[in-house]
This record gives sequence, structure tokens and C-alpha cells, in this order.
Amino acid sequence: MSGTGKFTVSRWANRRPVLRRGRGRDPLGLRQALPGLLLPAVALAMTLLAALALGGAFGARALAQRWQEGAAAAVTVQLPDMDPARVARTLAALRELPDLVEARPMDQARLAALLRPWLGDIPALPLPSILELRFDPLPENPEGLALRILSVVPGATVETQGVWVARLVALATRVQQTALGAVVLVLLLAVAVVAVGIRAGLSARQDVITILHDLGATDGDIANRFAGRVALLSALGALAGLLVAVPALLLFSGMAGSLLGRLPVTRLAELPWRALPWPFLAALPVAVAALGWATAAVTVRGWLKRLP
Amino acid sequence: MVRFTSVGLRYAPPAGSSDPGMGHDVLSDLNFELPTGSFHWLLGPSGAGKSSLLKLMQLAQRPTRGDMEVLGVVTSRAARRDLPALRRRIGVVFQDFRLLPHLSAFDNIALPLRIAGRAELALRADVTEMLRWVGLEPKAESLPLELSGGEQQRIAIARAVVMRPALLLADEPTGNLDAVQSRRVLSLLQEMHRMGTTVVVATHSETLVNAYPGPALRLADGRLES
Repeated sequence: MSGTGKFTVSRWANRRPVLRRGRGRDPLGLRQALPGLLLPAVALAMTLLAALALGGAFGARALAQRWQEGAAAAVTVQLPDMDPARVARTLAALRELPDLVEARPMDQARLAALLRPWLGDIPALPLPSILELRFDPLPENPEGLALRILSVVPGATVETQGVWVARLVALATRVQQTALGAVVLVLLLAVAVVAVGIRAGLSARQDVITILHDLGATDGDIANRFAGRVALLSALGALAGLLVAVPALLLFSGMAGSLLGRLPVTRLAELPWRALPWPFLAALPVAVAALGWATAAVTVRGWLKRLP
Repeated sequence: MVRFTSVGLRYAPPAGSSDPGMGHDVLSDLNFELPTGSFHWLLGPSGAGKSSLLKLMQLAQRPTRGDMEVLGVVTSRAARRDLPALRRRIGVVFQDFRLLPHLSAFDNIALPLRIAGRAELALRADVTEMLRWVGLEPKAESLPLELSGGEQQRIAIARAVVMRPALLLADEPTGNLDAVQSRRVLSLLQEMHRMGTTVVVATHSETLVNAYPGPALRLADGRLES
């Protein structure tokens, strides 16, 4: 035996403790306690659900906004002839209506474009005079408003699709709120699942944790080890979930596009890439990893309180 | 220095028991003082409370009564957050070794240094020196299960002393070893004592004590015999 005879009380005893990475970098054996498949799979599923819910929320908001814009011109009045004097008189009479914020003739070029799919491009075709009326707030009783307009402009044709638009907007808003609620629910569920996984890992590594604790590891050392592993696995799973979610969201967005009058998608570049809420989707893996880290840290620190 | 003043330890009643009286005293009214750099045997039959006393000294257990001072800190009144730093100044050799089975001999010995934040490059020399000291340098990469009982015990000792602890506690360190390995382990512990470490060795083997005479704390039914 070859003793060195140079032992003194270690100068390292009072240094701030940190469990180093590197060789023996997994002293807790977390690769076995928190296996590399379960947590990423959970994070993948949760991120996929959250991304779909988020996409749904933003999609519903976009639809609501688009419909609301359309609803601003919810009431259209079609005059039987194109006499400019009559149009001017009618506009003056309509401007007396309550809550009316704008009344103007529809641009003829725009009207021609709207009719082109049905009538084709016939420059000589006489187009009717259409007046667009915008109200704020939207009329609660469109039928009553239509009768009132008809009393002002006899012989006109009045379209009051605004009531349906308003109802659709209300529905889209509810869908948006429900989807955001689903995101919160999914994240809460993720917290619960991670906490259960951590507790299983703690039980599996109880002896090892006790040894590290007895060797002078602080609660923070041990909790950060668990939290780091959980954050890494969660982030990997969340990234995979995002990779699955993005094509699905593009598909849904493309389908929703047809509701907004877009042409069907035939090429990859035509996919509605810009319609997705990219900043929020990109934040999902970060949020899932952070949530996993915090859940693990809190759970482990709570568990460690049982040790002296 | 280690000082116990009227220290008692009572384990909590079994889970599900509503009667606090169900817990029992394992240590009662302990009064003693171990000077810095001393060597003491801790003797007594099985069940006398030797392991419980060592647990108190290594801060793995808090006393339920009395005052306890370890290395200048009154641990019975210290905040929980202050104990890890103190634990890093205490080396413990367990009867069942308590090596981490998934780590090599090198990494088991390096564990206290890594916990203390020692840089990888710097700890390599210390761990290698420890492996050489316990005569197991060629087994650095072996897992505990690949080592004999005596070799595991020497790795456990190396892990306990790699931080140059001020207090070294050993619980039946020769309990599972043959005579040759026992002598070797005792020599290592006595070498630590000669270097100035306060050493306490718990054993129920009077033979061992006769071979290496020294002052002793004798426990019987959780109380110190005078």
C-alpha cells in the first residue's frame, strides 16, 4: 500500500456544489430512471395536441377577422338602374340611417371581378348599381333594417347577410376561446404526466439519491439533474411533435382557405405557409421544455424534503 | 470535534399508526466528546444503536432530543440548507459499501469531488492517487459487481477519504471481509487517523479491537456504558 501522507481537510468542501457533466456524468443513473422514450412520446403527443389547438385558435381568429371585415359591408342595396342622379339621391337618403358609418357605390371593376366566374369577361355587359352600407355596430335586426331601406329606396334589392356573418363571427370567437382553453388543458395534463413520471423515477433511484444526499449533494444539485434530463427529453419530443403538427396545420389551413375564396393548392409553394402562427409554434418546444424543467425541479425538491 | 449533549433519537412510528408512542427510542441521553484527530471504536452488540449513532454523526439523521455539535457546527439547530457543506467534510464507509452500481470504480471515487464542483481535469489526479492508495489502480474502469467484496470495500474507503474529510466514520467496515482484507482495511483507516482525521469505527468484533487497541464508545440498548 502506498499512502501519500499529504491529506488535509479539503479546500473543496465549502465550494458551491455542482454535479459536473462528463465521465460519470449521470451519477443518478437517470438514463435508466427516466428512459429516453416515455417522456419524449408524452411531449410529442402533448405538443401535437397543443399545436393543433393553437392552429385552430389562430385559424378561427383569422376567419372571424375576415368575416368581420366582410360584415362591415354586410348590407348591399342593388338599384334597378344606373342613373347617377338617383344613386346620389339614394345615398343621401341612406346616410340618415342610424349606426351607418359608410355608404358608397361598389367599384365597378370589383363588381365585374366578382361576377366574372359566373358571367365571364363581357365588357359590354351593363352592370347594376350596388351600394355598400357599413354599420357599426352590426344591425341586430337585419330584416327590420331591410324593410326600412326599402321604404327609403323603393324597388331596390336589399341583401342583409350581416346577421349570419355576425353569428359566424361569434361562433369563430367561441371556437378560438375553446381552442386556447384546450392548449392550457393540454399543458396542465403534460405537467401531471411529467410529475407522475418523475415520481416513478425518484422511486426507482431512491437509494442512489440518498447516497448522493449523504455525500453532500444539495437539493438543487439533484433536482437540477432530474430537471435537465426531463427538459432535454421534453424538448426532443416537442420538436418531433411540431414536425408532425406543421403538415397537419398546413393541410387544415389550406382547407380553410377555400372557405375564404382561395384557389385550391396544387404546389408546395402555394401552401399557406404564412398563415401559420410561427412564433407561437416555435415557442411550443421551449415552453414544453421549460414546463418539464419546472415540474421536475419542483417535484424533486418536494420529494427531497423528506431527507434531513 | 464531535460533541453530544443529552442526545436522544426516536424513530417515527410505523406508517398508518396514529399513536406517537408506537415509535421507540433507539438512542437515549448520549453525552460524549471526540477530540479532533482522535480514533475511537464504537462497540456494542447488534441492535445496540451503533448504526443510528453513526447516522447522527454523518448527518443522515437529526436527533429528536439534545444538542449535537459536529466539526464546530451545532447541527441540531443548523438550517437544513447548511448541512450539505458539512456533509462534504465527513467521510462515511458503509458496511454494505453503497457504491453506485452503474458507475465504474473511478467514477464512484470521483463522485464526492464532482458533487463539490471539482473540475474534471483536476479530480483525475486525486482519484488516480486514491486508486493507487487502496491498491486498485488497474481496476479503475471496473463496475462494482466486477470487484470482490474486499475490493468494493477499499473503493468505498477511497470514496470516503478522497475529499480529505475532517471526520471519517466507518460502520462495520470489515463485517464482510476475510482476515487479510480486514487487516488491509483497518490499516487504511488508521493511516487516515495518523494524517489527522477524526476516525470512528463501529464494530461488534472484539477480536478486531484487541488487534488494534484504542479508546472506545460502548453502546448497550441505545445508551453509552461508562
